[in-house]
Amino acid sequence: MFYLGWKRFARTLTPVLLDLPFETMLAPISESPLASCHAALSARMIPFAGWNLPVEYSGLLAEHKATRQAAGLFDISHMGQIRAKGKDTLSCLESILANDPAKLKDGEGHYSFITNEQGGVIDDLLVYRLSPDDFFLVVNASRHSEILQLLKKHETPRVRFSGNPGTAAGMALQGPQASVILNQILQGAHLPPRNHIAKFTLFGASILIATTGYTGENGYEIFSDIPTGLKIWSALVEAGKPLGLLPCGLGSRDSLRLEAGLPLNGQDLSPEISPIEAGLGMFVDLNRPRPFPGRPILEKQKKSGSPRICIGLQGQPGQPPPRHGYPVFQGDKQIGVITSGVPSPTLGHGIALALVTTPSPACGQDLEFEVRGRRVPAKVSPRRFLPKK
Amino acid sequence: MNTPNDLLYAKSHEWLRIEKDSGTVGITDHAQSALSDVVFVELPKSGRVVKQGEVIATVESVKAASDIYAPVGGTILESNETLTSDPGLINREPYGQGWLFRLKPESPKPTGLLSSSDYAATLTH
Repeated sequence: MFYLGWKRFARTLTPVLLDLPFETMLAPISESPLASCHAALSARMIPFAGWNLPVEYSGLLAEHKATRQAAGLFDISHMGQIRAKGKDTLSCLESILANDPAKLKDGEGHYSFITNEQGGVIDDLLVYRLSPDDFFLVVNASRHSEILQLLKKHETPRVRFSGNPGTAAGMALQGPQASVILNQILQGAHLPPRNHIAKFTLFGASILIATTGYTGENGYEIFSDIPTGLKIWSALVEAGKPLGLLPCGLGSRDSLRLEAGLPLNGQDLSPEISPIEAGLGMFVDLNRPRPFPGRPILEKQKKSGSPRICIGLQGQPGQPPPRHGYPVFQGDKQIGVITSGVPSPTLGHGIALALVTTPSPACGQDLEFEVRGRRVPAKVSPRRFLPKK
Repeated sequence: MNTPNDLLYAKSHEWLRIEKDSGTVGITDHAQSALSDVVFVELPKSGRVVKQGEVIATVESVKAASDIYAPVGGTILESNETLTSDPGLINREPYGQGWLFRLKPESPKPTGLLSSSDYAATLTH
């Protein structure tokens, strides 16, 4: 059961990115730049999107709880850090991104998409403007090389893209104690407000700190060179220990993000799913003249509705939890499929995102999902399962 | 990892304890540790006849659902109902109170299972 379990886990997290059984770790896998930190903490490692990454340290539930109640520290060095520089950077990005980067002020960031001509999601990403001709993009590990290649096709002497996989460190510090802990190592420097980014000097190196995250908690994402990253990781673990900080793996990262209703590319988003269908139309900006890939289809979906829409589902305590791939029924009719599901550690019952045909059932309506040939009740709910912080 | 000497093991990480004419089945310490926090179990009804290697139960942690295979063929005698309200027993006592079900083996001498040392050897790579 063990290997099958892990195979399913790999599927649960990354159906498109990685459908490898645990035993095929022989495939080319990059070590995280922070691997020595994980080894020192006896982390359990798994292959994820071409990277060998910690899935858990002290236990998924303990890590989940620590992030909700104190702080969690996550290695996100696998995430792609891409820098775009030059006089034409903004206009170039405007023609590629679904959210309008022209809206950003210096030091500000927002959520965006790179879509294909069908309006499907190639990747979801965070876009930060450091200065009028210097942008910083954080993309998914599984799409890093593909996105960098795509961007480089647009290169001119007036816009350059850089940031190869494995050349930088990244970590996320999340939870109610995150700012207290980070302030200790920054010694009182002024941290940026939510969805902003700023440069800091730490251990003699220039680093970037963004007030963003993937857990539904307040927190920070810290980007640096590799030697500095190793020092920051250790300093944060040390400073956070008395406050209840735990290093956290991919396991709790997945349960935390789903409780917050945040999508995972490869499951809730894919080249076959548009941002409108994913319920994320507010991050597709059509109040601007410039075309970007898939714009006509997205425009049509925004105006007259999409054929499918993502809904939230809540199960019941004592019932089997919903999982990726389970069919969803309204009466006898299958209306969709679960794209992400997990037994919520905070709520004590299953929660899920499901892609269903429109018109979709309203909040509070009773549906069922199918587990091992058996129907299990679930209620339609808002996609954010926990109150916003 | 703990692999008691008095048990037989399946390569798929179930253990079997034979006592007189009944067998108790659970998952190994290695399996519970790999799954981490178990939050839900689905167990067989008594009277069900099962073949060796057949999927007979499901153990779910936060991250995954894992099938449990019958290490021997036989007839289910009872399931550990305590697990329904406290599935974490599987993590805390995989060889004790965290047992899954008892069955009456179809043959008094189970075949195709591993000794403690042979099972432990499968975990070292």
